[in-house]
Amino acid sequence: MIEWLLALLIVSGSFFGFTAALGLVRMPDIYTRMSTSGKAATLCCGLLLAAVAIQLQDARVTARVVAAILFLLLTVPVGAHMIARAAYRTGSPMWKGDATGPSESASREKQ
Amino acid sequence: MKLFLMNILLAISWCALTADASLANFLAGFVVGYAAMAMSPVRKISRGYFRRLPRILGLLVFFLKELVASGLRATMEVLSPVRKSQPRVIRVDTELRERNHLLLLSQLISLTPGTLVLDVDPEEGVLYVHAMFAHSEQAFLQELRGGMERRVREVFD
Repeated sequence: MIEWLLALLIVSGSFFGFTAALGLVRMPDIYTRMSTSGKAATLCCGLLLAAVAIQLQDARVTARVVAAILFLLLTVPVGAHMIARAAYRTGSPMWKGDATGPSESASREKQ
Repeated sequence: MKLFLMNILLAISWCALTADASLANFLAGFVVGYAAMAMSPVRKISRGYFRRLPRILGLLVFFLKELVASGLRATMEVLSPVRKSQPRVIRVDTELRERNHLLLLSQLISLTPGTLVLDVDPEEGVLYVHAMFAHSEQAFLQELRGGMERRVREVFD
């Protein structure tokens, strides 16, 4: 039973990590990249750390896992916010979303 | 805050009395201490703690649910060959004025995949949010006001 839970946590954590990395390549502009990669990475780390804590069943490890997740939750949004804000202020182009595809709409300058 | 520390002290003494310092036993002691404090006259002196703790747990559960749901949505967006998202910047007028409240709300918004706080105006309580999956501005605002903002306000209430 607990092996299945661990497997589920680890596989889904790695899956989120994989899609976070893929998001960096596939997303059209910096804002969507920050949105898909940074936050999915939090989810990935959280799930993997939880799996470690459940597997080892040790108070010292659990305390560190809780602290690590807590600091992750505190720092990731601040970093993402600062990068996105810097991008916005320096006028990084924003993809508006279009059925025809990102490369066309980025050059067309809607709105 | 004082009651929270008292609750932790009760949990520690529970651990000492049962001679078991594991995390599960500490949590059990915390629950027992909370129940004991809720039944004692302490409750009449300060009601805030007993009102707030369930709300904080509620916000935590709500946020974790939101995190997984929008994580899956962002994952779908990354994996699918066609782009379905319509990113836009939405001005969110919140009723929060305190900096701590705005900080918590914008941290939660930035942590959810798909939404990102670009700028904050603490005097007016305005957040500028970059949202990936907001197909209508009104629906997004309603969801945020009814969900996260209301819960954040209740936590500090």
